[in-house]
Amino acid sequence: MEPLIELEHVDAGYLGATILKDVSFTVARGEVFVLLGGSGCGKSTIMKHMIGLNPVLGGRLAIAGMEWTDENRAALCRKIGVMYQSGALFGSMTCIENVMLPLEEFSPLGRRERRERALQLLEEVELADAADKMPGEISGGMKKRVAIARAMALSPEVVFLDEPSAGLDPLTSAALDNLILKLKRERAMTFVVVTHELPSIFKIADRCAMFDKARRAMIAIGTPAKLRDESNDAFVRRFFNRGEDNVQF
Amino acid sequence: MGFFESVGRKAHERRKAFAVAMAFLGESAAAAVSAIFHPRRFRFGDFALAFQHAAYDGLAIAAGIGLLLGMILAFQSAAALQMFGVEVYVADMLAIGLFRELGPIVTAIILAGRSGSAFAAEIGTMKVDEELDALATMGLPPVRFLVLPRVAAAVMAMPILTIVLELAGLAGGALVLRLMKVPPVVFWQHVEATSSVFMISFGLAKSCLFGLLVGMIGCFEGMRTKATSDGVGSAATSAVVGGIVAIAASDGILAVLCYLWNL
Repeated sequence: MEPLIELEHVDAGYLGATILKDVSFTVARGEVFVLLGGSGCGKSTIMKHMIGLNPVLGGRLAIAGMEWTDENRAALCRKIGVMYQSGALFGSMTCIENVMLPLEEFSPLGRRERRERALQLLEEVELADAADKMPGEISGGMKKRVAIARAMALSPEVVFLDEPSAGLDPLTSAALDNLILKLKRERAMTFVVVTHELPSIFKIADRCAMFDKARRAMIAIGTPAKLRDESNDAFVRRFFNRGEDNVQF
Repeated sequence: MGFFESVGRKAHERRKAFAVAMAFLGESAAAAVSAIFHPRRFRFGDFALAFQHAAYDGLAIAAGIGLLLGMILAFQSAAALQMFGVEVYVADMLAIGLFRELGPIVTAIILAGRSGSAFAAEIGTMKVDEELDALATMGLPPVRFLVLPRVAAAVMAMPILTIVLELAGLAGGALVLRLMKVPPVVFWQHVEATSSVFMISFGLAKSCLFGLLVGMIGCFEGMRTKATSDGVGSAATSAVVGGIVAIAASDGILAVLCYLWNL
């Protein structure tokens, strides 16, 4: 499959602090790619580089062949959608206004068409009923679904999801996983997901990359089943079998 | 850490903070110019909401403080002037004091306490909740979205609040002098004789400048809020303190300039 995202020998971190060294992988169009690892291993840092919030410390990172430069920034922002851990909905706007915001700014649609499009997106995430509610009036899981609808508003090529299961009960988390799979199936959408929830990983991931804080490196890449069953790395085996030996991450 | 290392580190941090402040100033100026040439990019809805909070919701407190300020000043000065039988000149003193200095300054301090801190807390909370990151990844500059409407609201709210505070102050003064058997007509005649269009306009122009400073400092502190337990609280405190210091400093500079230019 054609690679949509390419990382070549990327050093990840912030100025003065390298968290991961020499990370290389590609994400193909239409796949659900999961970044996983224990707390503080740098998976969210890698995602921040991918969505252009922080520049990489070294190496090359490209989305659809374009690197995050000042010239490419506006174009790249249209190619990506992001759902943040908290949802990051704007509290002074209703759910539908949140979804309409990117359309308002970047699409030539009139007000009525924008509203129709936003409603259609909210229907896709099964939240059309909550369209006129304020973010403060809906649950955490609903906020995340509205955030996914907003992330998809401009039909991006890839949607990044930061810890979609965090703070959700298992049923809501499973419903969110189903939504990701439905969107992947119906829209052939590419997803990059940061998570460490094993049930989610096995349900949604086509492939995953695993990071280790101690080695400051990507230590494994492949399908979840392959990593669980065939990895020679002790850390990877422990991570995937943590239910059995109670290892804390 | 050695003495020189500590001094060097602090100097480096100050330089970095200065660079961040200058970048914010430049970005805000660019966004303001862009909004002038592309008015559709200006977020009128957000401006209206911020204006309502800054101006309409602040009218009662401005009027209340103005009334009390006028009454206190009138009482304090009338007691002394009464000994010479010239208590009616309290009206002149109040008009000059309120229109030139106290009106804009006291209103700006109220604005810093109410709106400057609110701007910092709102934007700071948005930053902690990753809403600023969400704007950035949508390709929407946070300065255009969050700072410009709030600063514009602060600048436009200030003259309105200042006029209300000044009129309330004069009304308070008139009330006190009425108790001292000075008829209100005489009081208002003295106010009219002392005041000039230039004096009132200068005070209002000054109030706009203070509004700009309070708005900018409030938003700047909000934008650099740290994601710690006391981050938003510290940002709100810094917005109020920074706003009041900026008001005092700029008023001092204006006073010197007025003296030099005989205004």
